[in-house]
Amino acid sequence: MTKQIILETHNISKYFHEPLTVQVLKDINVSINKGEFVSIVGKSGCGKSTLLYILSTMDTDFEGELFIDQMSMKGKSEAELARVRNEQIGFVFQFHYLLNEFSVLKNVMLPGLKLNKYTKEEVEHRAIEKLKILGIEHLALKSANHISGGEKQRVAIARALINDPNIIMGDEPTGNLDKKNGELVFHIFEELTKEFNQTLLMVTHDEGFAKRTDRVIEMEDGKIINIDQYT
Amino acid sequence: MYKLIASVSKSLLLARWKQTLVAAIGVTFSITMFITLLSFMAGLNDLLDGLIINHTAHVRLYKEIKPAQKQPINQSQQYKQDYNFVSSIKPKRERLEIQNNAAILKALQNDDRVLGIAPKLTAQIFYNVGAIDLTGVINGIDIEEENRLFFFNENVTEGNYLDLKNIPNSIILGKGVAQKMLANMGDVIRVTTSKGERVQLKVVGFFELGLQDVDNVQSYASIATTQKLLGVSNNYITDIQVKLKNIEIAPQLAKEYQQLFEVDAIDIQTANSQFETGSSIRTLISYTVGITLLIVAGFGIYNILNMMIYEKMDAIAILKATGFSGSDVHHIFITIALSIGIFGGLLGLIFGLGLSSIIDQIPFNTAALPTVKTYPINYNPKFYFIGIVFSIITTYLAGYLPSRKASKIDPVIIIRGK
Repeated sequence: MTKQIILETHNISKYFHEPLTVQVLKDINVSINKGEFVSIVGKSGCGKSTLLYILSTMDTDFEGELFIDQMSMKGKSEAELARVRNEQIGFVFQFHYLLNEFSVLKNVMLPGLKLNKYTKEEVEHRAIEKLKILGIEHLALKSANHISGGEKQRVAIARALINDPNIIMGDEPTGNLDKKNGELVFHIFEELTKEFNQTLLMVTHDEGFAKRTDRVIEMEDGKIINIDQYT
Repeated sequence: MYKLIASVSKSLLLARWKQTLVAAIGVTFSITMFITLLSFMAGLNDLLDGLIINHTAHVRLYKEIKPAQKQPINQSQQYKQDYNFVSSIKPKRERLEIQNNAAILKALQNDDRVLGIAPKLTAQIFYNVGAIDLTGVINGIDIEEENRLFFFNENVTEGNYLDLKNIPNSIILGKGVAQKMLANMGDVIRVTTSKGERVQLKVVGFFELGLQDVDNVQSYASIATTQKLLGVSNNYITDIQVKLKNIEIAPQLAKEYQQLFEVDAIDIQTANSQFETGSSIRTLISYTVGITLLIVAGFGIYNILNMMIYEKMDAIAILKATGFSGSDVHHIFITIALSIGIFGGLLGLIFGLGLSSIIDQIPFNTAALPTVKTYPINYNPKFYFIGIVFSIITTYLAGYLPSRKASKIDPVIIIRGK
C-alpha cells in the first residue's frame, strides 16, 4: 500500500541573524504520511519549535523547500499561506490562545467561518460535532475564560479540527497541563489518529508521550539525529 | 467574509467598551463643536451679509457730478495729434437727475437678468426743531418695489410702511432724528428744502437700520412727496436700484449699464468689499478650529487602538495562526476605528444640531439689529455632510497606522514568547 505523503521537506536550513548569524536548522529532510502520529523531541534550543513553525508556514524565512499535500509553499503570498494554514493545518499550542471575547462555540467556529466553505449554520453544527468528540459539548455556550485549563486545551483541539485539516501540529500541547489533563489530551490525540486517521505532528519534552507515538524524530543542534519507528 | 470581520471587530470593541466609548466621545465632542461653530458662524455671516445684500441694490445707477472726461479740444480733428493741456476744469452745472430715465427703466424691466428695479431720489433737507435746523436727507422711494426688493418693512420699527403711499405728505423718520425732534407718531414736522421752501410732513412711522449715521440723518418719503419737496417734475429721479437674479454678475452688469445708459453704475461687490473678506476669514477660522478638534480626537483614537493592539497581541497571533491573513487583521482594526468614527460622528451631528438649536433660542437683542431676536444659526446640511466625512477620514487615518502594525504582527514571536 502506497502511503500518501502529507508533509515533506527538502533540505530546510534556517539562520538567526541577531545578534550573530547562527545556523539553527541544518538540511532537514522529513516526510510525514497520512494518518501518522509523529513527535519531535530534543533539548531546549535544538531547533524543534523553529522547525515546527517553518513546517506550519508561519515562518517563511528559511532555505530549502516545503511541500504540504504535494504543493510547494515556495513563493506563496502571505494571504495564500494564511489560506493554507486555515484549510490544511490545525494548531494546538502550549498555551490555549482562546479569544476571551467569544464563547467556546464561537472560538471553535472562527477558523471555519474564515474558510467560508460552509454556511454559518453548518459550521456551527460541525463545531458542536467536534466538541462532542472531545466530550465538552456542554461547555459550548460558556465564555472562553470561564472554563478550566484542561477544558481550554480541549477547546483548542476542537478549534484545530474544525476545517478537517490534513495535519494537526502541536507545540508542547501537554506542556502546560497537569499529569491528569496532559494524559487526557494525549489520549485524545491517540484517538484521533486511530479513529479518524488524523495526521499529527507534535513537539514535546515528555519522553513518555513521545514513546507512544508512531514515530519519534530526535533533534540536536539543528539536525535530525535519530528517527525511531515504533509501529 | 466581511460579516466575520465585522463580528470579530464588534467583539473586540465591546470587550473594551469603556475605552471605545471615551474615543467615541472625543469624536462626538469635536463634531458637535464643529457643527455648532460652523452653523453659528455661517448664521452670523448670513446675518451680516443679509444686512448688506438684502437692503442694498446689486447695481446702483446714478449720476455723479464731476468734470467731463472728454474735453472738446480732444474731439477736434485738427488738434488730435497734439498734446493738449487744459487747466482748471470744473464740472458743468447740471442736475443730479438721471436723464431719459423712463427709457432706462423700461430697458431694465425687459432685461432677463434683472429681478426688479426701484427708482429713488434723494433730497438734502433741514429738519426744523424750534430755532435749530438739523441737516438731513429724505429718500424718495417707490414704497412697494422698495419693500419687495429690499425688505423696507423690516427696518420700520413703528407704523405701517404702506401709509407712506396712502397718506399724502407723509414721512417715516429715522429713529435718531425722531428722538432729536421729540416727534411722535401722527405729529406734523417741518422741514426746509435746500431751496429755502418750508414744508409740513406727517410722521407715519419710524425706521431703524442700526447704523447711527443713517438713523440720525435719513428719513423716507414717497417719490411724489419728495419730488414736490424739491419742486421738480414727476420724472426726476437720482438713483435706479437694480436687484439681480444672480448677484455674481453684478460687477459685469454694472460696467455694461454704465456704457449702455451713459450713467455711473456701482456694483454691490465693489461697494461692500470689506464684508466679503470678513465672511471668508470667519469661515476659515471656524474650519480651522473644527479640524483641530478632530485631529485631537484622532490622536485619542490612535492611542486607544495602539493600546488595544498591545492587549490583543495573543488574539491577533492566534487569528493569524488559524488562517486570518494580515489584510484580514488590518480590516478588523480599520473597522474598529471606522465604527468609532461613524458612531461618534453621527452622535456628534445629533448633538451639534441640538446645541445649535439651543443657541438659536438664546435671546440676542441688540440696538444695532432690530429684526434679530435670537442668535443666528445656519442649518446648512453641507456642514453636517462635511462633519461626518471629516470624522470618517480622521478616524480612518488614526486607525491606519495601528492597523498596519497589527497586520504585521508575527504570530511566531508571540506564540514562542509564552
